[in-house]
Amino acid sequence: MTALLEVLHLTMRFGGLVAIDDLSFTAHDREITAIIGPNGAGKTTVFNCLTGFYKPTVGQLTFHGRGQPLLLERIDGFRIARAGVARTFQNIRLFGQMSVLENLIVAQHNALMRASGYTLLGVLGHPGYRKAEKAAIELARHWLDRIELTDRADWNAENLPYGQQRRLEIARAMCMEPKLLCLDEPAAGLNPRETAQLGDLLRTIRDDSGIGILLIEHDMGVVMGISDHIVVLDYGRKIADGKPDEVRRDPNVIKAYLGEPEEAPLPTPVKADLAEEGRL
Amino acid sequence: MPYFVQQLINGLTLGAMYGLIAIGYSMVYGIIGMINFAHGEIYMIGAFLTVICFSLLGMVGVTWVPLSLVMVLLVAMACTAAYGWTVERIAYRPLRGSFRLAPLISAIGMSIFLQNYVQLTQGATNKALPPVVIGGFVFGDASGFTITISYIQIFMILLTVVLMIGFSYLIASTPLGRAQRACQQDLVMAGLCGVNVDRTISLTFVMGAALAAVAGMMATLYYGVIDFYIGFVAGVKAFTAAVLGGIGSIPGAMLGGLALGLVEAFWSGYFATGYKDVAAFGILVLVLIFLPTGLLGKPEVEKV
Repeated sequence: MTALLEVLHLTMRFGGLVAIDDLSFTAHDREITAIIGPNGAGKTTVFNCLTGFYKPTVGQLTFHGRGQPLLLERIDGFRIARAGVARTFQNIRLFGQMSVLENLIVAQHNALMRASGYTLLGVLGHPGYRKAEKAAIELARHWLDRIELTDRADWNAENLPYGQQRRLEIARAMCMEPKLLCLDEPAAGLNPRETAQLGDLLRTIRDDSGIGILLIEHDMGVVMGISDHIVVLDYGRKIADGKPDEVRRDPNVIKAYLGEPEEAPLPTPVKADLAEEGRL
Repeated sequence: MPYFVQQLINGLTLGAMYGLIAIGYSMVYGIIGMINFAHGEIYMIGAFLTVICFSLLGMVGVTWVPLSLVMVLLVAMACTAAYGWTVERIAYRPLRGSFRLAPLISAIGMSIFLQNYVQLTQGATNKALPPVVIGGFVFGDASGFTITISYIQIFMILLTVVLMIGFSYLIASTPLGRAQRACQQDLVMAGLCGVNVDRTISLTFVMGAALAAVAGMMATLYYGVIDFYIGFVAGVKAFTAAVLGGIGSIPGAMLGGLALGLVEAFWSGYFATGYKDVAAFGILVLVLIFLPTGLLGKPEVEKV
């Protein structure tokens, strides 16, 4: 288990708003690192900094993907993807008017583009390209099997039911053969059965592929069930960092989620009213 | 009836040309959502390059028609592709991410610039090219109306068909085409899949420009006379064709081009030639009012 991503003093300001304030944490490979926190805590902003949408105001994001460590804050979005960071979105962003299979093949664009000699060799039917294309389809088929969508490979992605679109998004990210998989609320809108399936899928990805997963999720069942390591944010600041059990008992975390205990007792008439309505 | 068939053939020829230009509009709109108003000028430059190339070939003594056609075609496509790339690089890319109208205005500026640039370097007079491909098939007896299909018309239609097949293959089955389709749907996500979005956009301009060059070459061979101003009307008509077919859709652009060509030919054949532009632009107005998404276009869903 080695450090895959080191976030150091990450700060992101939008004008006067501090979305992330001096955040440091490390994500390892073969681990699921969850980033949790109340709405607006800056979780998605962390992802946006990681994948090149935002240039951090301050901070260093070191990625130990393939070979040399890379500073993600210095490179373009598509190069970050090539370096091995894949990402999904809170609202699904599949290529709706492409088939399920093609969605998975677009994710392997770079390998294919290189093998096709930037299209020219591909058009001429170069054997190297045929081989690469075959391998791409093979990988896509592997993932279709794993997310149980093989029989819908020819469907347009937009016609799939919601839960399957979620799974396809993860499969597409995995077809990029990433080193770090960033998932932004993958369980949002899933029913309990689908949520359980998702947990299993993520666990097997972690164990089989040996990659690191960075997970933003509100469903605490999922988070506590599969994470190896949890980072808790509140108002852009890290308030806890550790194993699920430690984080669960952390008073700061409880406070952020449930609020401070009420200091002033309720006035008696209000109490009586509430008791009458059966709310106390 | 023969008259009808003759107009049909003329219309198809004209439509092939409009279609080839319209594809450039449609592809660019599909990917970055802007109308490249300088595209007509690229077509005009293609036409000028054709004249220049034929003159040069004539000077070095290449007179075998098929060879000179192929050479001119390749040179014209390559040069206009470079123009397309350059226009995108200097006039549109710096404005990407700016407000929506900025690249549009820049495109209009580019169009005026290119017109004046050609006028300045090539002169304002008409350029004429002596007919290169002569002759054709004539059907029907001498007493009645005869149908003439000239070789050049056959050449134009065949070339368009071949290009469309190649082009469809490129879009449907190569990594580049797949990247283009992905960019068309979601630029950001395509980037996150590792697609070099800037390069894909550049190549889209290059491909559109190369097809416009083919149309420019056809126009030169067909009409024999060109000037620095032909890009404007042809550009606006091809734009009409792209809108008619559903802007953003490549088969739609070809279909729209053919439809527009046929309408123009039949209008000229049965009503008044002088008013053929009225027919073409009347269609633009009607389509925009009653069928804004065009024949094959999909309604645009605003992404939130």
